[in-house]
Amino acid sequence: MGRPITPFLWLLFSVGGTVSALLFPVHLFLTGLAIPLGWIDPPRYEALIGLLRHPITRLYLFVIIAFPLVHWAHRFRYTLYDGLQIKHLTALIVVFCYGAALVGSAAAAYLLWNIP
Amino acid sequence: MPATVALAVARYRPEEEPAPTLQTYEVPFREDWVVLDALNYIKDRLDGSLSFRWSCRMGVCGSCGMKVNGTPVLTCAAFLSEHLPGPIRVEPLDYFPVVRDLVVDLSDFMRKLKKVKPWILREEEKPLAEGEYRQTPDQLDAYKQFSMCINCMLCYSACPIYGLEPSFIGPAAIALAQRYNMDSRDQGARERLEILSGYDGIWQCTFVGECTKVCPKNVDPAGAIQQYKLTSAVHWLKTLLPWGAR
Repeated sequence: MGRPITPFLWLLFSVGGTVSALLFPVHLFLTGLAIPLGWIDPPRYEALIGLLRHPITRLYLFVIIAFPLVHWAHRFRYTLYDGLQIKHLTALIVVFCYGAALVGSAAAAYLLWNIP
Repeated sequence: MPATVALAVARYRPEEEPAPTLQTYEVPFREDWVVLDALNYIKDRLDGSLSFRWSCRMGVCGSCGMKVNGTPVLTCAAFLSEHLPGPIRVEPLDYFPVVRDLVVDLSDFMRKLKKVKPWILREEEKPLAEGEYRQTPDQLDAYKQFSMCINCMLCYSACPIYGLEPSFIGPAAIALAQRYNMDSRDQGARERLEILSGYDGIWQCTFVGECTKVCPKNVDPAGAIQQYKLTSAVHWLKTLLPWGAR
């Protein structure tokens, strides 16, 4: 900690936290409650795929996937440090946490880019 | 209401005993008594060898902080009636070396407090003839909350990070640094940046938030730290710009 990279990671962590706190509840409400319980009419497949093809939708989805992943990575890193008290495994933990977030974000980018 | 209540008090003389032990005392129960009153009753009537710190009895001096049933509190504000039926466990604050019984050594905090320069720093003092540095009520509000700190150390005792990383500057010292950073009369923010953003500063904090929960003066040290993380991150972004501050 206190290394030059720390503020950068914390900013990404903060963005991820804000994004998940503000946007996830909306998606959970729509796809987890409102649509299955019939409060609103489910959107048609054609409408959804049309929306998904729009570049802004893809960018939006990338943002709500990638930043929360980094948020998880940062939080989980310190959970492992302090919760399990295995700080001596720093290198391994850092590679695992941020690596997983990076791989997840890359996979999301790949899938979003290749939407038919 | 019971006639008496039991207090299990930590006793420890580090030079003579290998580990702290709990000694139980039976004290009269009174509705208007706090744990500190019970401790004073023990000291006056039952066992004069019990050692603890206290001074004002009214939540101002910050010297009677102890753990009551495991939670760091000011014993002058912890009513016996809130901890019935007892025995009420009274122990010294966590993470500080015990001098004797309930008295802890605060030298570590004193050193850290000095490091963050908790006083008004000016690049240049204006001449006395020009009068005082004036402040609007809004400018006062910006830091007033942080200035309520009484250095009682409950936040350090509640902070698991301070327990794991003893070099961490800690909640109260950072809140007090922020008290001066936010003061319109102060110009020392740049001087405090290095220590606050350094290895033992704000980035050690993982926002557990216990410091704010136990603070008897509603200082919100966790808030001060998060606020400063943003300041520090913005400063870091500026250093990346070619014309940015170094």
